[in-house]
Amino acid sequence: MLLGRLQPFEWIVASRFLREGRMQSLFIMLGVAIGVAVIVFMSALLQGLQSNLVRRVLTAQPHIQLLPPKEQVRVQHGVDEALHADRIQAPLQRLKSIDQWQSVLGSVRAMPEVRVASPAVSGSAFIMRGAASRALSLMAVDLALYQQIVNLSEKTVAGRARLDANDILIGTELAADLGVGVGDKLLVQSATGASNYFLISGILDLGNKSANQRSGFVALHSGQSLLGYPGGVTGIDVTVHDVYAADEVAARIEANTHLQADSWIKTNAQFFSAIRSQSTANTAIRFFVGLSVAFGIASVLVVSVVQRSKEIGILRAMGISRSQVMRVFLLQGGLLGLGGSTVGCALGVLALHIWLQMARAPDGTPMFPVTIDVVMLAQALTLATLTGLLAALAPALRAARLDPVVAIRG
Amino acid sequence: MEKPLTTPLASDKAVVRLINVHKSFNVGQPTEVEVLHGIDLQLHTGEFAAVMGPSGSGKSTLLNIVGLLDRPTQGQLQINGVETTTLDDKALTELRGRSIGFVFQYHHLIGAFSALENVMLPMVGLQGYPTAAIEQRALALIESVGLLKWRDTPASRLSGGQQQRVAVARALIMQPALLLADEPTGNLDTKSADAVFELFRQVNREHGTAVLFVTHNPQLASRCDRTIEVIDGLVPG
Repeated sequence: MLLGRLQPFEWIVASRFLREGRMQSLFIMLGVAIGVAVIVFMSALLQGLQSNLVRRVLTAQPHIQLLPPKEQVRVQHGVDEALHADRIQAPLQRLKSIDQWQSVLGSVRAMPEVRVASPAVSGSAFIMRGAASRALSLMAVDLALYQQIVNLSEKTVAGRARLDANDILIGTELAADLGVGVGDKLLVQSATGASNYFLISGILDLGNKSANQRSGFVALHSGQSLLGYPGGVTGIDVTVHDVYAADEVAARIEANTHLQADSWIKTNAQFFSAIRSQSTANTAIRFFVGLSVAFGIASVLVVSVVQRSKEIGILRAMGISRSQVMRVFLLQGGLLGLGGSTVGCALGVLALHIWLQMARAPDGTPMFPVTIDVVMLAQALTLATLTGLLAALAPALRAARLDPVVAIRG
Repeated sequence: MEKPLTTPLASDKAVVRLINVHKSFNVGQPTEVEVLHGIDLQLHTGEFAAVMGPSGSGKSTLLNIVGLLDRPTQGQLQINGVETTTLDDKALTELRGRSIGFVFQYHHLIGAFSALENVMLPMVGLQGYPTAAIEQRALALIESVGLLKWRDTPASRLSGGQQQRVAVARALIMQPALLLADEPTGNLDTKSADAVFELFRQVNREHGTAVLFVTHNPQLASRCDRTIEVIDGLVPG
C-alpha cells in the first residue's frame, strides 16, 4: 500500500513505526490487554456482586422511610432564673400520625428522583387463635402501591397477596406457630384494645426467621381503624430511581417536610460501608493497573524515541514540523492503548463467560447474575486510549524537541 | 486549492547568500567556542559547488546553517532572497521543506518504508498535494535513479549505493532550489560513488538546482563548477 491514500502523514508514520517494531508493540499491547482484561473482569464481577447484595437488602425494605419528627423537650428560659435543670429527661416517643400526610405524599411524589411513595400505618398487636396468642408487628398498607416497594407476591408461599378489608398476610413461622393456613380466621387485637377478625389470604416467606415469626400485613383502612389512626398514617415508604442517591434525596425531603427521613444507607450503615470499601478497593486497583499500563506505554515510546532519533532528525530535515513529529508519537500511544484495550475487553468478556460457567450454585444456577455492561467496555476502551495518549505525551514532547542536527549526527 | 508541484526559482537572485556568518557553541559558558568566523558566501541557481576542508574545519556546521537545521550566532542568511535569521521555527521548517533537499553520508532512509514510499514521504508530510501527483512524481524520480525495479523493496534491504540513490530521489521530490549533500559518496565504492555524483550533476544540469556538495575526494571536487575551501571556520578569498 502506498502512502497518502486517504491517510494523513502522522497516521501513516505512526502505524508503520509500530508495525516495524512489532515485537515491542505486541508485548506492550499484551501488557495493556492484560491490564484492561483484569479491570473489565473485576469490575463486572464486583458490580454483579454489589448489585446482588443491594438488591437482596432492598427487596425487603423501602429506600427511604418517612416518619413523624421525634418529640423534643422544650426547656423554658427566663421564667424563673432561680430554676436550674440538672438533668433533662428525654420525652417518650409516642406513635403518632404524620401531620398533613396527604400533601406531604403529593410533594414527595412530585420529586423527579422519587419512583414510588406509599403511605403506611404500623404498630404492635396481638394475634390470637383459640388459646394461643402471639405478638404481631402489624403493617397496614395500600397493597397496589406497597407491592412496587416490597413485592409481596414474590414472597407469598401459600394463598395469594391480596388485602381486602378483612384480609391478612402473615409470616410462615407465625402461621406454623398458630397452626393456621390460608382461609383460616384470626383475631387481631391492637395495643389500644381495638380488635378485628381477619381471614388469612396468604402466607409470606420474608427471607428472615424473625420477620416470619412476627410480621403481618393488612389493608391500609383496616389498619388505620385497628391501630387507632383513623385517616392517618405513621409513615411513608419511598423508593427512588438511584438507590445510591437515597441519602441526598432523604436529606432534601427532611429539609422540605421537617419529617424524619431515614434512607436505607443510614439504616444499613455497616452494609453500605462494606459496599463503599469494596468500590474504593476496586477503584484503587483500576488506578494502579491504569498507572502500570501508562508507564508501560511511556517506557516503550521513550525507547522508541531514542531508537528513532536519526529518523526523527531526517523527518525534521525533510520539512516535517515539530507538531507533526509530536502527533506521530501521540498517535502511537493512542493506538497502543486502543489496540491493547480492544484485546483486553475481549479477554475480560471471555474470562467472565468462563467464570459464569464455572461458578454455579448447587442447583446449577449462577451464584449471582453478572451482566456485561457495554458502557463499561466503552469506558475501558476510551480510558485506555486516553491513558495511551497521556503516557505518550512525554516521549512525544521529547521527540518534537530533538535538535535535528544532534539527532542526525546520532 | 492544490499547490503547484514546483518551487519557482529566482534565477536573478542568489539561492544562498551568507553575510558575515558566525557560529558559536555553548554561548555564554566558559566552554564557548566559535566554529565559523564570519563567512561570506553566495551560491547561484545552477551552480554546483564542492565544499572541501579538513575534518573539524566547520564544513558540516556550514551545511547545517545553510540547510536551516541550525541558526547562525551572528550574520545574515538568505535563501532564495528570504532573510531567514528572523524567521521562527515553523517558518524555517516550511522553507526548508519546500526549498532545500538533503542527502547525508549515511543515507538515513526510514526503514519502515519502501524505496518509493521514502521518496514520497517529504511531499506527503508537507500536505496539500494530490496523492496521484505525489505518486507519479516519485515514480518518475525512482525511475530516473534506476531503481524502478526496487520501488517496493523495504529501504533497509537495499545496498548502500541503492539507498543513496533513493536518498537523492527523496531530496528532489519537492524540486528544491538547493540541494545539500554531506559527503554522500563517503561510504560508497568508487563505482557507486561515481554513479551517485553523476546523478547530482544530472539534476544540476537538467533542473538548474544549486548544489553544495561536501566531499573529501579531490577528483570529485575537480568535476564541480567551483570549490569552496573551509579552513578553520573561514572561507578564504
